[in-house]
Amino acid sequence: MATLEEEQTAKRTLVEMSWDPITRIVGSLGIYTKIDFENREVAECYSTSSIFRGYSIFMKGKDPRDAHFITSRICGICGDNHATCSCYAQQMAYGIRPPAMAEWIINLGEAAEYMFDHNIFQDNLLMVDFCENMVRETNPSVWEKAKKTQAPHAADHGYRTIADIMTALNPFTGEFYRETLHVSRYTREMFCLMEGRHVHPSTLYPGGVGTVPTVQLFTDYLVRLARYAEFMKKVVPLHDDIFDFFYEALPGYEKVGERRIMTGCWGAFNDPDVCDYRYENMSKWGRGMFVTPGVVLDGQLVTTDLVDINLNIRILLGSSFYDDWENEETFVQRDPLGNPVDKRHPWNQTTIPRPQKREIHEGGKYSWVMSPRWLHQGNHLALDTGGGALARLWATALAGMVDIGYIKATGNSVKIFLPKTATKPEVEFEWQVPKWSNAIERNRARTYFQAYAAACAYYFVEKALGELHAGRTQTHTPFEVPEEAIGCGFHEAVRGVLSHHLVIREKKIANYHPYPPTPWNASVRDVYGTPGPYEDSVQNTPIFEENGPENFKGIDIMRAVRSFDPCLPCGVHMYLGPGKTLELMHSPMFGVQHA
Amino acid sequence: MAETVPYGMKTQRPPDIPDVHVIWMTGGLGCDGDSVSITAATQPSLEDVLLGAIPGLPRVHLYNPVLAYENGDDFMKYWFRAERGELEPFVLVLEGSIPNEDIKSEGFWAAQGTDPATGQPITIPEWLDRLTPKAAAVVGAGTCATYGGIHAMQGNPTGAMGLADYLGWNFKSKLGIPIVNVPGCPVQPDNFMETFLYLLYQVAGLAPMIPLDDALRPTWLFGKTVHEGCDRAGYYEQGDFANEYGSAKCIVKLGCWGPVVNCNVPKRGWMAGIGGCPNVGGICIGCTMPGFPDKFMPFMDEPPGAKVSSMMSMGYGTLVRGLRRLTNDTVNKEPSWRHRGSQLTTGYRPRTY
Ligand code: SF4
Ligand code: SF4
Repeated sequence: MATLEEEQTAKRTLVEMSWDPITRIVGSLGIYTKIDFENREVAECYSTSSIFRGYSIFMKGKDPRDAHFITSRICGICGDNHATCSCYAQQMAYGIRPPAMAEWIINLGEAAEYMFDHNIFQDNLLMVDFCENMVRETNPSVWEKAKKTQAPHAADHGYRTIADIMTALNPFTGEFYRETLHVSRYTREMFCLMEGRHVHPSTLYPGGVGTVPTVQLFTDYLVRLARYAEFMKKVVPLHDDIFDFFYEALPGYEKVGERRIMTGCWGAFNDPDVCDYRYENMSKWGRGMFVTPGVVLDGQLVTTDLVDINLNIRILLGSSFYDDWENEETFVQRDPLGNPVDKRHPWNQTTIPRPQKREIHEGGKYSWVMSPRWLHQGNHLALDTGGGALARLWATALAGMVDIGYIKATGNSVKIFLPKTATKPEVEFEWQVPKWSNAIERNRARTYFQAYAAACAYYFVEKALGELHAGRTQTHTPFEVPEEAIGCGFHEAVRGVLSHHLVIREKKIANYHPYPPTPWNASVRDVYGTPGPYEDSVQNTPIFEENGPENFKGIDIMRAVRSFDPCLPCGVHMYLGPGKTLELMHSPMFGVQHA
Repeated sequence: MAETVPYGMKTQRPPDIPDVHVIWMTGGLGCDGDSVSITAATQPSLEDVLLGAIPGLPRVHLYNPVLAYENGDDFMKYWFRAERGELEPFVLVLEGSIPNEDIKSEGFWAAQGTDPATGQPITIPEWLDRLTPKAAAVVGAGTCATYGGIHAMQGNPTGAMGLADYLGWNFKSKLGIPIVNVPGCPVQPDNFMETFLYLLYQVAGLAPMIPLDDALRPTWLFGKTVHEGCDRAGYYEQGDFANEYGSAKCIVKLGCWGPVVNCNVPKRGWMAGIGGCPNVGGICIGCTMPGFPDKFMPFMDEPPGAKVSSMMSMGYGTLVRGLRRLTNDTVNKEPSWRHRGSQLTTGYRPRTY
């Protein structure tokens, strides 16, 4: 795309296009762009969110033990991740540690959530962008090529050509689409075995779970897990085939959704042997997690320390509909280790909504999403979550700490072992650190992480059965709510980093701020003018779609945005104006601005 | 002797109308958990309905943002067509609660699509004003849409409310059907799809008026209490109560509101008969109720009404039932702050709007 940059100072014809709402995601997302059709690229992008609910406001003054029930309702697809994270934060505040059995049950529930959620999002929502109907509509020549291209792993998944895979992905009529829906159901059954109900769990409590551990419980889970493992042995090669095909069929496709490698993972699956929920020991037990926390910057792992991760979170305003809290109360001056806590840290945030007109332009206010950033060497980095899976695998691979028999992190890859299943032998998959942080690699990582979660679940079942066989069936540790306390929880929601920060005074919630993945990804231009990850990955995405402005679908933009697994019950939309909302504008300044 | 119709077709009759459209608005203050939930349903499944697997149904066209093939204007065009009367008949499903857009001077709380005239987002109440008079039926999916739910909690900044608070409890659709509420947070998958199927049959002229209770819930799903369907009720009757989570006994002392809550989940399970709430160790927090969540908080305390009834042993049946009815009446009412108008009465005092 170098040639494009040279032309940037010249006059460009930009067409305003927007997609609002972006569908096939959870929540409300709008993407507003200016497209340079002549040079086939997106020149400018704004993401907007159209919903405000006010959790941190209405949670004030409530009983802290209600926090996980309430925060689960933040998200309708990964609510349980919130409930879990809230219990982590409460456990720190109450100074308790659940029995090992409870941790294995939660890990099994959360593993099922990853298996279910990545599965339904990938193949029932996102891959519709790669299905026959869509590809024929947007890139007929690619469809022609797909018909002639043999699928390299046909023997593993049963589809002869790439076109056959695409047809199987058609919504509702496609065979693989329907199979995935079915899989999304029995994986949710696995979830319900451990956490009671999907998506807002009934059996999670601070201190443990209400689930009754029995032989039946784990057997019912295990048989479904084995079915899923068998399914994954087909799904991983199937996705590799289709993603590799896109690189090959559309040279330069690695640019779609590409941005600087700047991705974070807050870690998942606590190990009851090391995790005591004490802040003072958080660096240690964070590194004991079965998905390693970490920040990957330009391909280097810059930290695996949860304390470091915690202290450098900053919540910036800029283009969002809120007033600043500079003059509001500071709740936490120092963390339990004595480190100073910034005013812009979630522990000290006060949310003050100011509804106003939407002004979508540089310097305007246009979204209900704030701008979370991570401070590193003086820079407020707009970290993305890699759609969850990419950051998790990347941090885990580079850290090289996880080694549990079913998973081995090597320092530059992650090896995943799935045992023998009904009709398929044991299989080892190896996820390699990719060259780019782009749409295809976010999507590929998602498939590999499904296998990762399944492999972990085999391990957790063994551990849980070990406890059961030893007669250690207690699942809950009693507690008292303290007069005053603080707590924080770190977890990985399915689509990425999740933190909950809690302050208790007089046994009531004095402050509570959850930071789910999407505020990171969908964040808007901050006070320093730095765009959020959707914005900057869509900006300068090349256009490969064969349609012109009249019937433009924006498929490459959709693929860029959906690769993050947007989930905005907290708000964002996209709208496409086919013909009618088009507005031609001549803006000689654009290229310069974004050079 | 020639048969006019083949013998197998005798019992079948075509629906009164060939097509039904379904506009599913997820743009309220919600979490999209109900859309996600229905993908878990199997009785019937979404595919069963959309692919015409069930006899007698009209063709169903679903426009739901979580599942749609189209994006942006390609997708929103169905909303505008419904408004212009070009999608007939259509069922309107709302997910998420309705924020009060009248309590502030500008901006929006929740919106979907953009008004071509102003370039500003179209708010959810505005969509309801545009679409509810034209809808064949109006359905609330999940407790936010039905009664306000979590987002209408005390102290909320948006003045959120449920469908009946907004449209009036006596609202009738153009076909004379009251608002149909299928509460649950989220809605139990099969409960929703089953109700939806019933309504499709009704709109197609194959079923009589849907039977609803005072809170506008289908009676066959919400007529019994959690307690009546809970397999731990045996322990309750014996006065044998769990003192810690993880026990298989009755968990009423740990915070279960089952005796006064209308819901079939413990009996039906969450999906495929698996999971649920008190039946698997999760206290019932009353998530199907108009009084949810406020009247059940703090969730982990023993419910005051249950305190009396769990102290009584067998033999006091009538008295206990009476007490339950008292509490049940209270939790079947919404808190007072869920209403229309320009006043925010939730307890939150905005400084900025
Ligand atoms: S009722 Fe519950 S599940 Fe439904 S939108 Fe509201 S919070 Fe989500
Ligand atoms: S049993 Fe209670 S908490 Fe569970 S779904 Fe029913 S009303 Fe909700």
